[in-house]
Amino acid sequence: MPTLDQTIDEILKLAANSFNVPREQLAADDDFFQKLNINSLQALELLTRLENHFTVELPDYEFQGVTSFRGLAERIQARL
Amino acid sequence: MRNFQGKTLSWKIESGVLELALHREPCNEIGLETLQELEVFAEALKEAQSDASVAVIYSTLASGFCAGADLRETYRLTQGLPRQEKIAGVRDFITRIHAVFNTIDASPLVTIAAVDGVCFGGGLELALVCDLIVADRMARFCFPELRLGLIPGFGGIPRLKRDLGNAVVRDLLFTGRSLNATKAQAVGLVSQVAAEGEALRLARSTAEQIKKFDPNTRAAAKKFLKPIPEQELRQEIEIFCELFTQPAVEAGLRKFVESTEALPYLP
Repeated sequence: MPTLDQTIDEILKLAANSFNVPREQLAADDDFFQKLNINSLQALELLTRLENHFTVELPDYEFQGVTSFRGLAERIQARL
Repeated sequence: MRNFQGKTLSWKIESGVLELALHREPCNEIGLETLQELEVFAEALKEAQSDASVAVIYSTLASGFCAGADLRETYRLTQGLPRQEKIAGVRDFITRIHAVFNTIDASPLVTIAAVDGVCFGGGLELALVCDLIVADRMARFCFPELRLGLIPGFGGIPRLKRDLGNAVVRDLLFTGRSLNATKAQAVGLVSQVAAEGEALRLARSTAEQIKKFDPNTRAAAKKFLKPIPEQELRQEIEIFCELFTQPAVEAGLRKFVESTEALPYLP
């Protein structure tokens, strides 16, 4: 199983590629809504990309209140 | 009518395939204008049997297949109305959309929903009317109605029950969570998952295969395989109209309309 830092790194790469943001501009504790400049539909797109990439199921309600890449990684780690 | 170009949707028949394209920004929300054009489509579908074997429904918008009922319009048209007027307006809309969806459901044509992106609420109900759902791997399916104090009103529960096991039906309804295409295929909602951007191509390819079979046999098989749950659909209308007058519904609609949250469809 990957470490939390490895999962964060994968998320940052995936987010950078998906939303055309330079990887070096993203950090673990950033607010991903602000950094990626995404709306509600794009948040769903991110959720789907994370599920497809990590082959996990991530119920939407587990993401309420999660705003940082680290928070996303912690939720994913719990299901790996 | 072989071709139609409307404000919210368009269709054409070519080489035995009827293609219905949804194109109302931002995500094909179903309001009165869409309903009126869907009614024209339903009439055309009844006459299309001699020209087409398959109907493919898809969205031309990048945002997705359909985000469901137009909640902003619903809120605008119903807020502050006396109970009886509110029920009458909602019943009229729901009865009309049921008539359209029942016509599509019962059509002798084989119907395919090519779904990408968001397929929520009334959008999922439209997809469930179809015989097959071909989904882009980025598609998401959801019934978020309970957040508003409602149940799905366009035939969602009876048709979901027709196709899926109760565990999935209850999970989708009671949590309001969304499923991705892979999960939707695993539970039997989706028949094929396409690569990103390939759902329509895959649906067209499926239509070409379906066209090869005898139309009478195909229609008989469809009627046998997919009975319309008429009694439950009528019950749904009654339950929906009764629930719609709850104060929680107007409050839920207001919250949605005024929300700036990232995931406004969640409670």
